[in-house]
Amino acid sequence: MKKKFKIDNISLLIAVVLLAAMYVAGARMYERFGSVSTILNLFNDNAYLIVVAVGMTFVLLTGGIDISVASTLAFTGVFSAYLLEKGWPAGIVIPLVLALGILVGCIQGYAIYAFQIAPFLVTLVGQFFMRGMCAVISTVSIPIDNGFYKSAALKKISFVLPSGGRPKLYYYVFVALFVVLAAWYVLRYTRFGRAVYAVGSNEQSAQYMGLDVKAVKIGVYGISGFCAALGGVLFSFYTLAGYSLQNMGLELDAISSAVIGGTLLTGGVGTVSGSLVGVLIQGIIQTIVTYQNLNTWWTKVTFAGILCFFILIQRFAAIRADKKKKG
Amino acid sequence: MAQKELLKMQHIDKQFPGVIALKDVHFSLRAGEIHALLGENGAGKSTLIKVLTGVERMDGGSVQIEDEQVAIRSPLDAQKHGISTVYQEVNLCPHLTVAENIYVGREPLRAGRIDWKEIHRRSRELLKRFDLGIDVTKQLDNYPVAVQQMIAIARAVDVQAKILILDEPTSSLSNTEVQKLFAIMNMLKAQGMGIVFVTHFLDQVYEVTDRITILRDGGYVGTYDTADLPKVELIGKMIGKDPEALDEGSRPSGQTDAGEEYLCLEGVGTDAISDVSLRLRQGEVSGFSGLLGSGRSEIARAIFGADRIHTGKVSVNGKETAIKTPLDAIHADIAFCSENRKKEGIIGDLTIRENIIIALQAKRGLGRAIRYSEAQKLAEHFIKELGIKTPSADQKIKNLSGGNQQKVLLARWLATDPKLLILDEPTRGIDIGAKAEIQKIVKGLAEDGMSCVFISSEMEEMLHCCSRMFVLRDKKIVAELEKDAISEASIMACMVGEGEESV
Repeated sequence: MKKKFKIDNISLLIAVVLLAAMYVAGARMYERFGSVSTILNLFNDNAYLIVVAVGMTFVLLTGGIDISVASTLAFTGVFSAYLLEKGWPAGIVIPLVLALGILVGCIQGYAIYAFQIAPFLVTLVGQFFMRGMCAVISTVSIPIDNGFYKSAALKKISFVLPSGGRPKLYYYVFVALFVVLAAWYVLRYTRFGRAVYAVGSNEQSAQYMGLDVKAVKIGVYGISGFCAALGGVLFSFYTLAGYSLQNMGLELDAISSAVIGGTLLTGGVGTVSGSLVGVLIQGIIQTIVTYQNLNTWWTKVTFAGILCFFILIQRFAAIRADKKKKG
Repeated sequence: MAQKELLKMQHIDKQFPGVIALKDVHFSLRAGEIHALLGENGAGKSTLIKVLTGVERMDGGSVQIEDEQVAIRSPLDAQKHGISTVYQEVNLCPHLTVAENIYVGREPLRAGRIDWKEIHRRSRELLKRFDLGIDVTKQLDNYPVAVQQMIAIARAVDVQAKILILDEPTSSLSNTEVQKLFAIMNMLKAQGMGIVFVTHFLDQVYEVTDRITILRDGGYVGTYDTADLPKVELIGKMIGKDPEALDEGSRPSGQTDAGEEYLCLEGVGTDAISDVSLRLRQGEVSGFSGLLGSGRSEIARAIFGADRIHTGKVSVNGKETAIKTPLDAIHADIAFCSENRKKEGIIGDLTIRENIIIALQAKRGLGRAIRYSEAQKLAEHFIKELGIKTPSADQKIKNLSGGNQQKVLLARWLATDPKLLILDEPTRGIDIGAKAEIQKIVKGLAEDGMSCVFISSEMEEMLHCCSRMFVLRDKKIVAELEKDAISEASIMACMVGEGEESV
């Protein structure tokens, strides 16, 4: 059976259109912008953010927030680099840091559920703690000289186009894409995934309907922690170093990507595909700013405008929906 | 009738901080019966249901399901024991689709993944039994509350429970929907399900139930066969009084002639009403009657400065006064208990004392704090005067029953010593006893010279309280009736537009 393609989330639809429009506009302005390379590089440069945004989406869907992800990501980088420097094999280091990410996330989720503390506060504590632990391990950047990491950093698929370009896609991008697909599947086709939406839509109802709210809460923060750690691993492939001050404020990039993709901070509404689009929009702005030869802070300024635009759209959509119901 | 006992709750105790909610309560349910659980607000019905469904934990007592001792610690536990519940307020997820709301948590799986086609097929079939031919793939919040309630019932019925609890499921349903629900209840009963039915509508109790259990003030009154308990006796047992006593002074207090005019509106218009003129006199209770949306609450809001007045003139005590904010109104000795008790009335986490002094504090100005001793004295005075049931003035207001909350709100405004008191649906959702008490208080206040406005959807209550009646239609006052001219027939006639147009 053929499925009808439909996006009932107006915000996501606009985001997709905007992404396409920015690409076309960029291609018209700059000669080399319109190449396949530009598109693939969006993925190459933002793979880690895609992964983090996916984890964040789970948390936002329950109506929560996780501002510890950037620190977890940085910690993963520093701790991996430290262990690799000590001669630990990558085959142990990577599973270990991923498990740590899950653990940190689950502890936060448990605190949020069991003690009914605002997620913002709990993950703020997590943020400080993880960032602090980075500096405890090392305040200076630790280079990574591990064979596996090096090959992961460099291995890529190169395409040879008849037009002469040589676009490439790094292997680690597939990890990110796999995460997006897996998350999409979980949210759409598993009971856990649907419970995530139910909890975000109305937590009390979800509890009364007999859903396991505790498992959902701990689960989403665990997933977010895992994604942050995995993002950290991908980021250390990308930079081949671990540094304690890496990616300050990344959590906000992840949150804003999700918002642009149509996720409501109040919970219950949103998709991972939306968050992916959100990340790509941020990436394309960055690219345009680079082409324009502007200060990179212009990325933030532009993005602020776009974010503002999307928040207004969501608000108007909500007001319209309200009116429709009343009328 | 030696039917199988499905559920046996014995010696149930439950305490909330400072309040004994349940005290040695018993309840039993047989297979194949519909059992009404009755009692006034605050009697402990909701608490008993919450204990049974695992939302609250009991402090003492035992619960047996099919002769087996069980411990119900969460709604999930309750479901596992075959208890399915429809709560008073729709407990579904607005962002999920209709079908999902029915199946979330127990979705049919195929090859380990959710089988959406099956969910949609089954939901459509299920809802057909309720004559609901709606699009199950649409989001729940596209549908009105009544439909949502039916969906909630459908979900509860579909889980194949042994015990079905319906906590006031009919309050948002129309008559035909109620009949559909009853048909389904009878069908489930025939299949051997035990149904607990909580309601305020006594007619429905006699229509559909087999037995009745009555609670009062958290205590167990008794369990009776519905057929053997006449309605009068039932009411008597619910309120613990001789029902005849309720009717004392059932005619309006309009015998004493009304005093001087206190408030006068001339051609007042806001966004919600237009060209309203009326005079409110001291020493009488005036009623605003009209259908929902006719503008009765909106006039009250205009008088109180809660809505902006665009046109017309307001005079208080003969002097033209501009009332732009509720604070202006309070300074003009006007008080307003709004319709929405929870959202616009109580401040749940504050104590009774704090809730009472809040309007008085506003009137005096924030710079002059009311001393603790004075506040305490005020609170104690009103607790006694209005018969507020609470262990102390330090109780958080959210722990009180609806009727007692309403009394606290009344106390809040009485503390400001108003000359005009507007009550919008002061008795909605509270029990017969408290209702009668509040009506009596209002009449007493008018007799002491206060000007009162009473707004209610219940005609009976309006006839009982008001000696002057403003009838509204389409955001306008269409008639003003006095004393003997007030009757159900005359009011109805004006409401539908056949009556006198004597403004």
